[in-house]
Amino acid sequence: MKVTVARSLEEALADPEAIFLAGGTDLMVGVNFGRERPEHVVSIRGLSELGDTSVGERVRIGGGVDYTRVLDALGEHSPALVQAARTIGSPQIRNAGTIGGNLGTCSPAGDTLPVLAALDAEVILRSPAGERRVPFSEFMLGPRKSARRPGELVEAVEWLDAGPSQAFLKAGTRNAMVIAVANLALVVDRARKAVRVALGSVGPTIIRALEAEDLARGLFEESGWERPLRPSQAAAARFGELAAGAARPIDDQRGSAIYRRHVVAVMARRALARTGEVA
Amino acid sequence: MPELRTRGRVGESVPRPDAPAKVRGDFSFGSDLVAPGMLYAKTLRSPHAHALIRSLDVAQAISMPGVRAVLTAADLPGVRLFSLHDPPDQPVLVGVGEEVRYAGEPVAVVAADHPEQARRAAAAIEADYELLPALTDPVEAIRAGSVLRELLIRRGDPEARAEVVVDGYYELGQQDQAPLGPEAGLAVPAGDGSVDLHVATQALHVDLGQVEACLALRPGAVRLHLAGVGGAFGAREDLSIHIHACLLALRTGRPVKMWYGREESFVGHVHRHPAQMWYSTGADRSGALVFVRATIVLDGGAYASSSGAVTANAACFGAGPYRVPNALVWSGAARTNSVPNGAMRGFGAVQTCFAHESQMDALAARLGMDPVQLRLKNALRSGEQLITGQRVTGAAPLEELIRLCAELPEPARSGHRLSLPGGAGNVAEAANVVRATGFAVGFKNIAYSEGHDDYSTARVRLERGPDGRALASIKTAASEVGQGVVTITQQIARTELGVEEVVSLPADTTVGDAGSSSASRQTWMTGSAVQLASRRVAEEVLRRAGPPARSLDAGQVLDAEGMALAPIELFLEEPIEREFEYHHRPTSGLNPEGQGDAHVSFMFVAHRATVDVDPEAGLARVVEVATAQDVGKALNPLQVHGQIEGGIAQGVGMATMEEIKQREGKILNASFTDYIIPTALDMPAVSSILVEEPEPDAPYGAKGVGEPPLISSPAAIAAALRAATGRRLGRLPVSPDELAGLAECEPDWEVTPGVSPSDGRRRQR
Ligand SMILES: Cc1cc2nc3c(=O)[nH]c(=O)nc-3n(C[C@H](O)[C@H](O)[C@H](O)COP(=O)(O)OP(=O)(O)OC[C@H]3O[C@@H](n4cnc5c(N)ncnc54)[C@H](O)[C@@H]3O)c2cc1C
Repeated sequence: MKVTVARSLEEALADPEAIFLAGGTDLMVGVNFGRERPEHVVSIRGLSELGDTSVGERVRIGGGVDYTRVLDALGEHSPALVQAARTIGSPQIRNAGTIGGNLGTCSPAGDTLPVLAALDAEVILRSPAGERRVPFSEFMLGPRKSARRPGELVEAVEWLDAGPSQAFLKAGTRNAMVIAVANLALVVDRARKAVRVALGSVGPTIIRALEAEDLARGLFEESGWERPLRPSQAAAARFGELAAGAARPIDDQRGSAIYRRHVVAVMARRALARTGEVA
Repeated sequence: MPELRTRGRVGESVPRPDAPAKVRGDFSFGSDLVAPGMLYAKTLRSPHAHALIRSLDVAQAISMPGVRAVLTAADLPGVRLFSLHDPPDQPVLVGVGEEVRYAGEPVAVVAADHPEQARRAAAAIEADYELLPALTDPVEAIRAGSVLRELLIRRGDPEARAEVVVDGYYELGQQDQAPLGPEAGLAVPAGDGSVDLHVATQALHVDLGQVEACLALRPGAVRLHLAGVGGAFGAREDLSIHIHACLLALRTGRPVKMWYGREESFVGHVHRHPAQMWYSTGADRSGALVFVRATIVLDGGAYASSSGAVTANAACFGAGPYRVPNALVWSGAARTNSVPNGAMRGFGAVQTCFAHESQMDALAARLGMDPVQLRLKNALRSGEQLITGQRVTGAAPLEELIRLCAELPEPARSGHRLSLPGGAGNVAEAANVVRATGFAVGFKNIAYSEGHDDYSTARVRLERGPDGRALASIKTAASEVGQGVVTITQQIARTELGVEEVVSLPADTTVGDAGSSSASRQTWMTGSAVQLASRRVAEEVLRRAGPPARSLDAGQVLDAEGMALAPIELFLEEPIEREFEYHHRPTSGLNPEGQGDAHVSFMFVAHRATVDVDPEAGLARVVEVATAQDVGKALNPLQVHGQIEGGIAQGVGMATMEEIKQREGKILNASFTDYIIPTALDMPAVSSILVEEPEPDAPYGAKGVGEPPLISSPAAIAAALRAATGRRLGRLPVSPDELAGLAECEPDWEVTPGVSPSDGRRRQR
């Protein structure tokens, strides 16, 4: 196995067959299990081109930014992503694992993925041919399958700042360091009058709960986008049902389909109540 | 005159001698062993739970680069079976024409220059299997006569009737010991045909007997040395790498290192027996127990291992630490095509404690009685009999434990978001959270039972050290598995010899057997051996000193008034060495009615759990576990608290998350990604009281302390979760589905409690 420590984007992109190594928190697990035996590993850790973050009307996080830095850099911005980053692994994992790695692995349980979906983020991919922007809705194609081509780097993710009405919730059978049995991100972009709900770990890809989004948009229209939303119990329950209805969960060793569907409804209701309060 | 007193005696919280090295990362564990020119070994394992090996082709593997040896069953020189059980039933390697009986069973072993070469060569062995049906339902296995052990306890009137009767069905999942250090060792051939095996184990001599038989070498040609043990909890009672590493070392003439990765470790050691339990408990209106009837079905897996003792424990302790005049308990371990189950901390008692304590809560609810009062009313006292007819002759301060534990202050509420159920997941809100408590008590035997001649050997030497002062050294074969036997035996030697400088020599098989570090027995057994060997050494010092010498303390020989006569080293021109083999009081077997004095002594414990639950989301957090434990005498309070906290951590895991999931005999979650154990955020606060009522016969009155923390803590947590949710929760670990009311644990079989499941019927759904 060949290992290259890339010092520039050009070096990182030189071999289209190479496997990138960022934090290694997914890749090395695969190697340990004997699932992956890469011929050529290119370490992209420390590449400054992947390390930038900026907040403003557009928020941009470099593909090489680890979760500890996400927590520091975003502060008040994009609170759902901050909440998701906080749930990931342990301090050690958050110090090593990156957004680019979460997108590179593209597991349905990846905790940042529903947030990126709910933020309607763009994934910025880089290859020797140049830059390519793929909306998240077209990025994830299946479990561990994405629109990223071999040799393409996740250079950054970018989205329009959607304001503070956001929530991320994750259910698991342990109080920390647990792979999501189900997770959910809700973003209410009050300025642009948009609601997006995305579900993780309850289907082969991240799932947008479109009917739930429609319902919520109606509720916000009714009560006023600039005002707190206090949905009736019935409306909240309906929102939860619609979100759960969008889920396509399976039974596996981490959880049952029936619980996954149930907890999606619970998380959706609570997320709506929380984001509704923040105006 | 200042009092002359040796420091670091029994009763003091002496720190572990290996603590600094472990904290700094300098401690050498079994997996850290190296020897010049060593080879790396890898095991080929059956992917099938039950199959016939039609052929094995190793030709390609043997010709691969770096490969030094590939061994199959055809290469075995001696006895082909090993086991803790007598007669042995587990193949060292399964050969052509033989059946593999669990997924993960070893078929061939490879040694190569590099671990990756060994891995590739193992993968290149061509094994052809004929698949056979896998028997994975233990009840079906028992009905088919595939039984490792069954026994019945019958006491009083097995058909007794009672005014109030509660029936219940309970299940326990398969728990892993999850030691952080997987199986590891190094076999070094000595050139004269003998071999030294350095291995992380719980019992050097128990291993030695099995390894010797299978290697068929001349007597004394196998020597075992204890390698650094990274946790055990029962997982290291059975052999793992031992015979394979020795065979490869003898074949190649090179040292062979062998260690399992985490995934392999899950099939490389036994686990806690999953259990299905049908119970019926009767009491009169005052709450006095009238009868307990129970059927306990344990999944023993493919081979016998410790199933026999687990089956007996499950039965003996199956009615709980109560006065039960009438009992009928059937307990049996099925032989199935699962990875073998065997020893794990608290074995047998953990399973049935969950059932009998759940029954006590159900009974209390039916009687409208406080669950703590119901337990107090029935609590066993010293002098009373178990359902086996055995009279408890030692300390049994159960009533005191119950009172003290129930009186411990309850924990305050934390305002921190991370301390809500679900922790970092951000799902629960304070408004959705219900707090509740649950109570449970348990008991278990110490040391080996049912007529086993249980003993331990210690050699104690007193001589002048390099500085000219008295130095004691202790030699035993007791495995230090993290429990602290080294610290305790040093404290004992200091107490008896009155010298502070005490060293422990490496544990190996050049000294007599110490038995296993299991069954909470080493403090008692090896502690006694060290105590009595030390006393003989002390007697010799006093003899040499002559009258008026009466005792030893603080490095001095003292007279009857406690006045120093002379430093001890004055009498050590010649070193003094004494050996002692300590046997505990003999026990007897159980007769066909399950009656007999099968156990030497008992330890009791009470737990109160406080939980926060988000019932709607099915999320829970154990906030605190309060406990009062019967310890006889705390020889090292720091270590006792360490055992209590560690055992409770495993109890929290058992109750809330830990389970090996299998389908058709194959493990689905053989890694710490999916076999989850508690993190720091899951670990509750622990508040504990040690009750010291000295046990006759035990050294300084000390009972074992390792297992009780795990016996009733899961049951107490289950009780608290029930109180918070109002749900039945008949299964451990409690699933989010059950907490949220989406599922309930139901038996597949209708079985009459107390009767063999052979007579049961499959339930219609
Ligand atoms: C103990 C533990 C706990 C964990 N807990 C969580 C959790 O709670 N939630 C969660 O979502 N995940 C969790 N993970 C998984 C993992 O930490 C995350 O998916 C993390 O984001 C991976 O990032 P990395 O930088 O370590 O990726 P790496 O392991 O370095 O790479 C992963 C994959 O992505 C590719 N890759 C990496 N960077 C890029 C890039 N910039 N462009 C293109 N491809 C790239 C690699 O080639 C590889 O295929 C956990 C892992 C461990 C070991």
